[in-house]
Amino acid sequence: MALFLVNVLDGLVTGLLLFMLCSGLTLIFSMMGVLNFAHASFYMLGAYFAYQISLVTGFWAGLIIAPLVVGVIGAGIERYGLRRVHKFGHVPELIFTFGLALLIEEAVQFFWGKSQLPFSEPEALDFAAFAIAGNAFPAYKVFMIFVAMGIFLTLLYILTKTRIGMTIQAALSYPETVQNLGHNVPLVFMCVFGVGTAMAGLAGVIAGPVLGVFPGMAVQLGSIVFVTIVIGGLGSLWGALVASLIIGWMQTFATAYDVTAEQILTAIGFTKPELIWDHPLQDLWTLTLPQLGPILPYLLMVIVLVLRPQGLMGKRES
Amino acid sequence: MSLASKTPLTAGTSRLISLSNTMPWAFAALFLLCLPFVFQSNSALTIMNQMAITIVFALSYNMLLGQGGMLSFGHAVYMGLGGFFAMHVMNMVEGGLWLPLPLLPIVGGLFGLIFAFLIGSFSTRRAGTVFAMISLGVGELIAACSVIIVVFFGGEEGISGDRTMGPPVFGYEFLTQQEVYYLTIFWLLLATLLMYLFSRTPIGRITNAVRDNEERAEFLGYSQRNVRWISFCASGFFAGVAGSLFAINFEILTEENLNLATSGSILLVTFIGGAGFFVGPIIGAVVFTLLQTVLGLHTELWSLYLGILFVSCVMFFPSGFAGLVAMHRRPFALGKLHLLIKPYLKAAIPVVTSVLSLAAILEILFHKRHGYGGDHEMVLYGIAFDSSGYQAIAMAAVIAAISLFLVSRILPEIRAAWDSANHAESRT
Amino acid sequence: MNAPAIELRNLEKSFGLARIIQGVNLKIAKGERHAVIGPNGAGKSTLFNLITGRFAPTSGGVFLHGEDVSGLKPFEINRRGLSRSFQVTNIFSNMTVFENIRCGLLWTMGYRYSFWHMIGRQADVTEKADEILAQINLTQRRNELAGTLAYAEQRALEIGITIAGGADIILLDEPCAGMSHSETDLIVDLIRKVTEDKTLLIVEHDMGVIFDLADRISVLVYGEVIESDTPDVVRASARVKEAYLGASLEEEAM
Repeated sequence: MALFLVNVLDGLVTGLLLFMLCSGLTLIFSMMGVLNFAHASFYMLGAYFAYQISLVTGFWAGLIIAPLVVGVIGAGIERYGLRRVHKFGHVPELIFTFGLALLIEEAVQFFWGKSQLPFSEPEALDFAAFAIAGNAFPAYKVFMIFVAMGIFLTLLYILTKTRIGMTIQAALSYPETVQNLGHNVPLVFMCVFGVGTAMAGLAGVIAGPVLGVFPGMAVQLGSIVFVTIVIGGLGSLWGALVASLIIGWMQTFATAYDVTAEQILTAIGFTKPELIWDHPLQDLWTLTLPQLGPILPYLLMVIVLVLRPQGLMGKRES
Repeated sequence: MSLASKTPLTAGTSRLISLSNTMPWAFAALFLLCLPFVFQSNSALTIMNQMAITIVFALSYNMLLGQGGMLSFGHAVYMGLGGFFAMHVMNMVEGGLWLPLPLLPIVGGLFGLIFAFLIGSFSTRRAGTVFAMISLGVGELIAACSVIIVVFFGGEEGISGDRTMGPPVFGYEFLTQQEVYYLTIFWLLLATLLMYLFSRTPIGRITNAVRDNEERAEFLGYSQRNVRWISFCASGFFAGVAGSLFAINFEILTEENLNLATSGSILLVTFIGGAGFFVGPIIGAVVFTLLQTVLGLHTELWSLYLGILFVSCVMFFPSGFAGLVAMHRRPFALGKLHLLIKPYLKAAIPVVTSVLSLAAILEILFHKRHGYGGDHEMVLYGIAFDSSGYQAIAMAAVIAAISLFLVSRILPEIRAAWDSANHAESRT
Repeated sequence: MNAPAIELRNLEKSFGLARIIQGVNLKIAKGERHAVIGPNGAGKSTLFNLITGRFAPTSGGVFLHGEDVSGLKPFEINRRGLSRSFQVTNIFSNMTVFENIRCGLLWTMGYRYSFWHMIGRQADVTEKADEILAQINLTQRRNELAGTLAYAEQRALEIGITIAGGADIILLDEPCAGMSHSETDLIVDLIRKVTEDKTLLIVEHDMGVIFDLADRISVLVYGEVIESDTPDVVRASARVKEAYLGASLEEEAM
């Protein structure tokens, strides 16, 4: 039971981290119709910038400055890159952001090399916040939960309670009308892209000490982020939240419980073949739940797509 | 409407074989047949084989992207699965199954087709962004499975085979690289021809129609999903053929053959070449393979350059290299291509210098940052120098600045020449 | 056997809380030229989209020759012999005029999803396409890109694509929108010519065109048909005058 609780908390951390990426991506997608393939690359940039800044000033300044820098870079890329490609349609935009992801990965390797960087959590948070039956839960993870929740609530507040949020929501549904009302839609687009990428950057900063800072960190998370928003339903913020949490828990529990197929199969009543290494069903017998963990999100995506093509909370196709 | 009025309309189109249609193909075949006499080394043959495989793969990819408007991030799946099945069949041939090696690509193609049929059944319902995301998810799923299902995919080492164990074909056992080359180009020509012909069938044209305006096509009786699905299956078949050719050439397949990186690079190849043109992917595959093999030998930064090339291609010439060439059709038709020669020649040297000097800046920076154990000695373009100080990089920067300035001076001249070369005024 | 070409039974469509079509009943006989008129926002376009399968009805049914087609996809309805044009020109702009017409022909001429025929080698398709091009007066433009045509020519091509497949029920959505008087006359002649012996359902704002062309007229106001009769009766109807036509009809009648 105690282990279960720890896993629930761990899964929550992973899920909320995923959601920080997904919410920015969803914001950009539903606003501009652009799926930002490079979203996880901005997350990586956030982590690298924070590392570089932390060498000079320590962790906390990096936490504030790095996302801002990422946001400014994101806005610049929207202004001088994406907007150029916009007139060709959404598919070329997607190709552009794909190229951007390649380029950012190359650039990161150019400046910081291929190996993992020593980026660790600040000393102030390097202690166990509490323990559940002997399993210590690090304070840094508590901090991550609070930051993610804070971001989510702020976003929700801005979108539903402020004037700029209303404008954004209106722009989501009726871009032409908003332009007629005198709002500068290209500027709004640029800001949304900047804010979305800054959120990815912030996720990178806080995830860096836990998941590691290395050139593959974008690829590691990139595909999962897309799968998550497809499962949740493209463009749905609540869907992204639900899907993020499902995937977070699914992956955590899959790695935590070392259930093997052998246990299940023998429990049902099959007997394990003697010479397992030459057996055609060898993989079925040696399969373990932690092995399956990385596949589960993709499997879930295929199942959701077959049963409910618009995603868990997506609007019906018109 | 009698027979009399029918004949002239169709006379030009009903002949099955015409000279203008077959000439390019005959020429291409002759060219490919002669290549091994010029490039005789095994490594050159390997590069050419790799090029041929990439061409088939890129052309099959363009059946989706260029012809059908489907952006896929998981096309390597069909090439990889086709290749893995071909490899298993190759091993069964070793165990006694009778199958001549030249027929193996059909096997791989069929498996590519089967998987495209299964996955296409749900992925082709929508085009655009949704299709792209599903292709990515499925691609990741299969790449992840390949690590787990060791029996079939061979785990991290992959699976390997021996192509020479099949029955000899006209006395050939495919022991030498050259024999494999001829087998590969046979399939290259056949697959290219078939894909070209596919684009000129009713379904090929309707695929274009669905790409341009899916709604209109639906109101003409066509199910957009079925149209995309059929193209997707055909594309899967040729990707499987490419995978089998890979299996034959390299005799090993690993997870790398079906992962996201491979899928991404084929998008890059196709786009750089020009997705809007049938020959685009061919140009892209040749350029890419040359960059990878030749440039890759000389610099660690080749993939950075490739990324820069790709992004600037998307931003500045989205119709790719083929599009750049096709731009000159109008001046050529007007007989004014000669107007462009002089400005192009004038620009050539500054452009080349600026590219080289910008690359030099990157190379020197990279060497300064990642030089091994205080090794400051660096050789670039045949010049040896010390990269630790600021002299070298300053020099490269000065050269870059000067040549970029020269380029900017020549640009108006090129623009003016371009305008007049495209202007169809009556000659005085 | 004598089922009407199009029959709408208690057809309703809501978007959220807005009931755009509120229980429409309509029968259009085979070979009839039927027009739907009504003020802006009356639901004419929605009605078209319901009949052609772009939207599924909230309740009620659409019947073609007595067969229930409600909820079918556009291509399934098209295959049952119904074809439509669009209010905003909807052609394949990157293809030539000839290829546009050919796209409209391939399905009904049996080439469907064929990958064993070479395009351009089908004498029957080429002949039929050229015949249609001659009908819509675009033979001269045969090999030009559709996107480069003048507006009126694109409208004619739109009608050409619509009738190419040989559907026996034709729906035209404001075919004369944005045209000059002389262009309108040409298009009306064209419509009359190409829909001979066919059932025509047309939405149009130009009352001259409607009263010239239609055998019967339905007046749609706020999602309800308030009158459906011959042009003379509609013209005289007090209800119609009150609800919609008013002064503009008087002008037309002069």
